[in-house]
Amino acid sequence: MKLIGWAIALAAAMATPAAAQTTNTAGPAAAAAAPATGNAMAADPAGTGGDTKAVAKPFHYTTPTSGVGEPVPGGWTTQEQVTEVGRDAAAFHDNWLLLVCAAISVIVLGLLLFAMVRFRRGANPTPSRTSHNTAIEVIWTVIPVLILVAIAIPSIRLMRAQYAFPKADLTVKVIGNQWYWTYQYPDNGGLEIVSNILKEKNDPTLKPGDRFRTEADGPPLLAVDERMVIPAGKVVKFIVTSNDVIHSFAMPAFWTKIDANPGQLNETWVKVDRPGVYFGQCSELCGARHGYMPIVIDVVPPAQFAEWVAAKGGTMPGATPAAAPAGEASGEMATPAPAVPGAAQPAVAPAPTNPDVANRATAND
Amino acid sequence: MSTIPADALHLEEAGKAHHAEHDADHKPGFFVRWFMSTNHKDIGTLYLIFAIVAGIIGGSLSGIMRWELMEPGIQVLNHAWPIGAGTANFDEWTHHWNVLITAHGLIMVFFMVMPAMIGGFGNWFVPLMIGAPDMAFPRMNNISFWLLVPAFMLLLGSTFVSGGSGLGTGTGWTVYAPLSTSGSAGPSTDMVIFSLHLAGASSILGAINFITTIFNMRAPGMTLHKMPLFVWSVLVTAFLLLLALPVLAGAITMLLTDRNFGTTFFDASGGGDPVLYQHLFWFFGHPEVYIMILPGFGMVSQIVSTFSRKPVFGYLGMAYAMVAIGVVGFVVWAHHMFVTGMSLDTKMYFTAATMIIAVPTGVKIFSWIATMWGGSLTFETPMLWAIGFIFLFTVGGVTGVVLANGGIDTYMHDTYYVVAHFHYVLSLGAVFSIFAGFYYWFGKMSGRMYNEFLGKVHFFLMFIGVNTVFFPMHFLGLDGMPRRIPDYTPAFAEWNYVATVGFMITAAGMAVFFVNIIYSLIAGPKAPGNYWGEGATTLEWTLSSPPPFHQFSTLPKID
Repeated sequence: MKLIGWAIALAAAMATPAAAQTTNTAGPAAAAAAPATGNAMAADPAGTGGDTKAVAKPFHYTTPTSGVGEPVPGGWTTQEQVTEVGRDAAAFHDNWLLLVCAAISVIVLGLLLFAMVRFRRGANPTPSRTSHNTAIEVIWTVIPVLILVAIAIPSIRLMRAQYAFPKADLTVKVIGNQWYWTYQYPDNGGLEIVSNILKEKNDPTLKPGDRFRTEADGPPLLAVDERMVIPAGKVVKFIVTSNDVIHSFAMPAFWTKIDANPGQLNETWVKVDRPGVYFGQCSELCGARHGYMPIVIDVVPPAQFAEWVAAKGGTMPGATPAAAPAGEASGEMATPAPAVPGAAQPAVAPAPTNPDVANRATAND
Repeated sequence: MSTIPADALHLEEAGKAHHAEHDADHKPGFFVRWFMSTNHKDIGTLYLIFAIVAGIIGGSLSGIMRWELMEPGIQVLNHAWPIGAGTANFDEWTHHWNVLITAHGLIMVFFMVMPAMIGGFGNWFVPLMIGAPDMAFPRMNNISFWLLVPAFMLLLGSTFVSGGSGLGTGTGWTVYAPLSTSGSAGPSTDMVIFSLHLAGASSILGAINFITTIFNMRAPGMTLHKMPLFVWSVLVTAFLLLLALPVLAGAITMLLTDRNFGTTFFDASGGGDPVLYQHLFWFFGHPEVYIMILPGFGMVSQIVSTFSRKPVFGYLGMAYAMVAIGVVGFVVWAHHMFVTGMSLDTKMYFTAATMIIAVPTGVKIFSWIATMWGGSLTFETPMLWAIGFIFLFTVGGVTGVVLANGGIDTYMHDTYYVVAHFHYVLSLGAVFSIFAGFYYWFGKMSGRMYNEFLGKVHFFLMFIGVNTVFFPMHFLGLDGMPRRIPDYTPAFAEWNYVATVGFMITAAGMAVFFVNIIYSLIAGPKAPGNYWGEGATTLEWTLSSPPPFHQFSTLPKID
């Protein structure tokens, strides 16, 4: 069963032709303005076919590990963290905030229950007339202040860590679209990945020949046809924007979430120290299929990352490109997008440079 | 400070006349009384009826949502909504989900909680508690109510016209641009925006009325520092309304012109900024959450004091804690926007400012407990709701402190953890206080006592029910489930099932509530003037139940 999944995943991976950067058949408008039709989830007919021009070395995507990088069935804690910032944040939450919360709730409940029993009318028929006690009022003002200070200090430390922005080893531009994600790798020859949700096998809207989700792809509603792949142990900077409405790029296992605002660039960074495949979902209401644009990041060892880039037809920075002139020409991230009237903004996604990708984006409704 | 209007003086003199009692109870005919009302008690009743109707609709929407979320997959949305049954268009199904969440939020905020607390209990009891014959501007009071009706009709009507991917508006109650501008074609979103304009105007007029009434129409001797805490809470709330709602009105007017007249306030391609809308919205939206809870604080203070048979502990601290919450509530708005890409300094400021609110809130919680301390407690239904409120609001409050941390919110933002948090403070906080107030004053308002047994059954079913709905949502959020999605990966199935079971328990509790009010209105025993005894010390208990149509012809004197 796993084998079938692998075969399908590989087929999809190879379907993207290598270094086909000479044609620019579709403008960004075509990708952005995919009209809504009666189709259910984002279909990806291109995933099965397409003229495979260059068969690079097959790339092996990571098989999901149950309970890591994805929600745990019946889980009731934060997901296991695979970044240092994430572990610090989770520790701050689990070992400090949660305890404070629980302690305060239990103290209040205890006081209420005690008062209800001790001062019920049967036990205390004559009420006291006490309505002031300055000392206790000062105490219950000052102690919460101290608790808050004890929360604020680690909280500020955590925010500083999140905003530390070490020098990036790799930059990925993340673009939200209704309702799929586009990932561009400007450091890697303008490589672009269009990431759509995978339908279930029994989905009535699944067309014959369409790729459907298998266990190797990940859990239902979280699996995508094309994952973002990043190297483990490296600082990856995400530049996040949107082509239409606001989306939010979220990855719980990295403790990462940043809105994708149209016309603006946001950035965040991660350094994932454990290879694996990690699942997230769009986290800002973005229209009808808001619940159907998952984010999947495949974190692989650096060597494998280079393999993946090669398999996708990209280049590694510093490496001598196979086709030197073409590589040079496209070194600046392919052809810049033509200015779209009414949308002249840095956020406009560069034109998909790869006919396959362009087709896919158009067929993306 | 307290100036007695000429009218009131006149009434005072008229009160000496022999027929005053008779005149005070002379009621106009049905149509004039209920459709052209200038009587604060009748308008309060209208508001309460309105809130109950809206609550039934908003609650039913949450029932549809919980039904859909009971199991993974789409089981409910693919059926009729609201017309055009059995459409095969997947986008329309999921759009209808967004319509449900939008309508549920807007209805509960603008048409249930606010009308019940401010319009309903505020109108009924602010004049009674300060010893005033009526509100300062009775006709403005009337239009405040009647603006809400077309507002609600526009909101309901918006679900029958196109909102882009399907019928109705699917923007969420926050109406974020650009989803609400370029992302929602059709007239539906315009109707929702206009609905908010009307509801906002209604609230602003109401706020002006309350502020004027409380400042000018207090009975002789009723200084500000002698006012019951419920009056204090409405006063602070009215100021929040007056300052916050115009900002919302401006923001949604800019949405309207962006949608219809080609402006680009929130569109980067024309030099605008989508995040600006969020700043404007939350500059209103955060005070709004205090608007929804402060009157509840006031009611709980009255109720805890009554059933403890003790004066409120730390009265001045309680009053000024509400003032502090109101003031600080205006400078914390961007904690709703921690992941929009704000700078580190901004984030640290909003984290710190937000946490400060926990201090006055803590003062209130501890003061309520101290009010009970040493008291002679009985546990009639209103007291149960009030105690339930104190505990559940505490739970919602501590998760608020968690969310206040900008670095932690990175994970929690837009997950079910947030849904759990704000339902703990609203659905289990504000709504519990509304029920507390409703049972507390039901006899005063209707003249008949509610059924104590049914009231308690209602409380316990609701208490178990809402906790079963909302506590597991913390787990879902920590496990990573995003808000506002109609379907989810099977890992989230267990807790969602539990939450839906909790909704059924809650719905059973609500059924008991409706049986109780219908039964009590028809067959409840007649309520005496002060049916709570020595603990009930505010002025409304000096009057009959229900009070005369016009009260305080002779102004009471406060020592």
